[in-house]
Amino acid sequence: MYRRPKLYTSYEQETQLLPTWTQKGLAGAFIAVLFLLPFDIPVITDPIPGLGWLPIFGDGIPVVRFLGDGEWIRVTSQVLVLAIAALGLNLLSGVAGQVSLGHAFFMGVGACTAAYLGGHADSQVWGHSLPIWIWLPGAGIAAALVGIIVSPVAVRVRGIYLAIVTLGLVFVGIHLGNMSFGRKIAGPPSLGREFQDLDIRLWKEETPLINMSDDGRWLFFDVTEEQKRYLFFLVLAIGFTVLAKNLVRTRTGRAWQAIRDRDIAAEVMGVPDFKSKLEAFAISSFFAGIAGALVVSLSGHLLSDEFNLFFSVEFIAILLIGGAGTTSGALIGTFFVIMIPRFVEEFTRWLADAEGGVSGAVANAILTGGEGDFGFVSSGIESQGWPLSVADWNVVLFGVLIIVFLIFEPLGLFGIWIKVRNYWKGWPFSY
Amino acid sequence: MLANTPLGKLSPASLFVVGLAAAFVIFVIVQAITSPATLLQTVAASLGLGAVYSIIALGFVLIFKATQTINFAQGSLAVAGALFLSFAVSDGHIPFTTIANPLLNIGGPSWIPWVLSVFMALFFAAILGAIVERIAIRPMVGQPLFSVAVITLGLEFILRTLNNDTSETEFRSLEVPWGSEGFKIGDALINWSFVVSIALAIVSFIAVFLFYRSRLGIAMRAVAFDQEAAMAQGIDVGKVFAIAWIAGSMLATLGGIMGTQPPVKQTGAIDPQTATIAFRALPAVVLGGLDSASGALLGGLIVGFAEIFAGQYLSSYASTIGAGYPLIIPYVVMLIGLVVRPHGIFGTPEIRRV
Repeated sequence: MYRRPKLYTSYEQETQLLPTWTQKGLAGAFIAVLFLLPFDIPVITDPIPGLGWLPIFGDGIPVVRFLGDGEWIRVTSQVLVLAIAALGLNLLSGVAGQVSLGHAFFMGVGACTAAYLGGHADSQVWGHSLPIWIWLPGAGIAAALVGIIVSPVAVRVRGIYLAIVTLGLVFVGIHLGNMSFGRKIAGPPSLGREFQDLDIRLWKEETPLINMSDDGRWLFFDVTEEQKRYLFFLVLAIGFTVLAKNLVRTRTGRAWQAIRDRDIAAEVMGVPDFKSKLEAFAISSFFAGIAGALVVSLSGHLLSDEFNLFFSVEFIAILLIGGAGTTSGALIGTFFVIMIPRFVEEFTRWLADAEGGVSGAVANAILTGGEGDFGFVSSGIESQGWPLSVADWNVVLFGVLIIVFLIFEPLGLFGIWIKVRNYWKGWPFSY
Repeated sequence: MLANTPLGKLSPASLFVVGLAAAFVIFVIVQAITSPATLLQTVAASLGLGAVYSIIALGFVLIFKATQTINFAQGSLAVAGALFLSFAVSDGHIPFTTIANPLLNIGGPSWIPWVLSVFMALFFAAILGAIVERIAIRPMVGQPLFSVAVITLGLEFILRTLNNDTSETEFRSLEVPWGSEGFKIGDALINWSFVVSIALAIVSFIAVFLFYRSRLGIAMRAVAFDQEAAMAQGIDVGKVFAIAWIAGSMLATLGGIMGTQPPVKQTGAIDPQTATIAFRALPAVVLGGLDSASGALLGGLIVGFAEIFAGQYLSSYASTIGAGYPLIIPYVVMLIGLVVRPHGIFGTPEIRRV
């Protein structure tokens, strides 16, 4: 049995979450790295005796710093949170085959519920100042309930009609935030409301057990606000990943796959069509609701306009770029789609500061603002008009990525990985 | 009690729609007696808005007919077309060049250069549609339909960004010959743009209708039915795709031009919000049936009436139901309509086998 990865002798063996030891090892190592990522790891604190003549060991390398900058930690936290939402959409669209453009709407429902339950009331908004163990599950449950409410309409239509119905939800949802009760929950239009601090406490006014809104000391380590949040989101993201991956192999998950592959055939075989789709909507919305609440808690500010069509399409893009129907695809896709714009921005910022040499020449060729240049990127980050600013180039890049992946690699990054793996599996033969 | 009447044969959902329609008729009669001038003005605006929606919906239908998918980039194509016209008449040069627009010096009544410039904008819009189709849509012949729809979503974001940066998010005037003027019937002021929109919608509808009966139109219907089978019959599917996108892009341009005029916008200029006109026309085409030109016309009118009437007669409740509520009325109408008829009023029900 050993070293025969595709040989399964029992059903339990075949349906394991991580069938091979390589996968188990890689997953374990990956999770360990994720936990260590926010910290400065002291590797060599003193100059190493006898190696002091080597320039890099001369002063000792004080730390290995992965995400030392607070900004990068925040972006990585964002990836973790949005991964939860992407996993939810993957269950609905990738596994159950019900393509939804309304994911942002369900995230908005979750965010608003969280703000209503956990936020602090004032003259403009309602709030109950409840602790996180109420508002976070509450956000998920409220979104799931809304998912159940809309599913009778959503189940009646399929394919492109379903996409348009769910698209309608996004517009209706943004408008709900403008209505009189919506303004009480989501704050004044285009101003929004403050979101409560992230901390874990037993009841309303008690001292928090774990406070994630200031720097502190956990066990023996000094941790900053950002690091605390990162770890909290990481634990949640791992939990939801396991949940999503596990769901796919349960009876419900297999029913979803049957529905996706051919819903009439599935029904003939006794898979309940309506019930399965309803479950898919409810569970996917639950994921979305939790993620919506967390996204807002990360930014600290709730604005109903943010849960718009672009946000929804971002998740569709995540699935398509990562590889629809696969858990790892959803995770890789989230990382890719969220990080790429950040990298482009950072790169441009770095170029803008570059002077002379190769980087200076590149900066001259790409950025405008220098003398005699043919730049196509405006150095102002938010400026309007030609040449486009970095933010606008990022939107264009986002669209181009969607198109390029759909045309050339419909299975996404996961498909590329499969190709690479198969190449080495058969090496030196071509198949 | 109702069981023996024709109404008794309807499902509860259809009965609800019949009830809505009846309530609407009664409401109109009451308004016709109490304030006829306001009603006339509202009806005219509804027809105008419905006509704009119909034009854009026709574009959706044409592209759906050929490619079996929704073109989410219709809004950006509309703005791009309107921008071409704005370059030609407002800046006075041929789009993408610095050459002065020769059409402006033709002379004659002031509307002649404008109309000719519209044709020039249509020409550029056709080129844009053809380029977009060639690069992004043609490789997807025979691919899953939803992938094509997502590609158009990607196109929408690209084109919208380019549009916004080209217009620098300023208001760009289209210099329409009728300005913001109108004429009066009794006390009701009716804007000329309503009339123009309605005329354009009728012309577009007739053009599409005639096109369906041409050789190419029949080819398009065959492609809509089954791409592979059509190919086997010797139909050039790529050409049909191209024609559909060119025609769709031109219809979008007309919609985009009229989408800057009352009743859609009071400013008469292109602004970043103009692109949303396609997302507002989407409910119209879904309501009418994605593959039916008459459905587009009827759906556009229904949505137009619902939106303008709601905007006119519910405005006193705006503080409760939120400012800008007319904009989501199309979607509310669509959701109600879809529950009753999931494939639209004139749409072909999808026949599916195991």
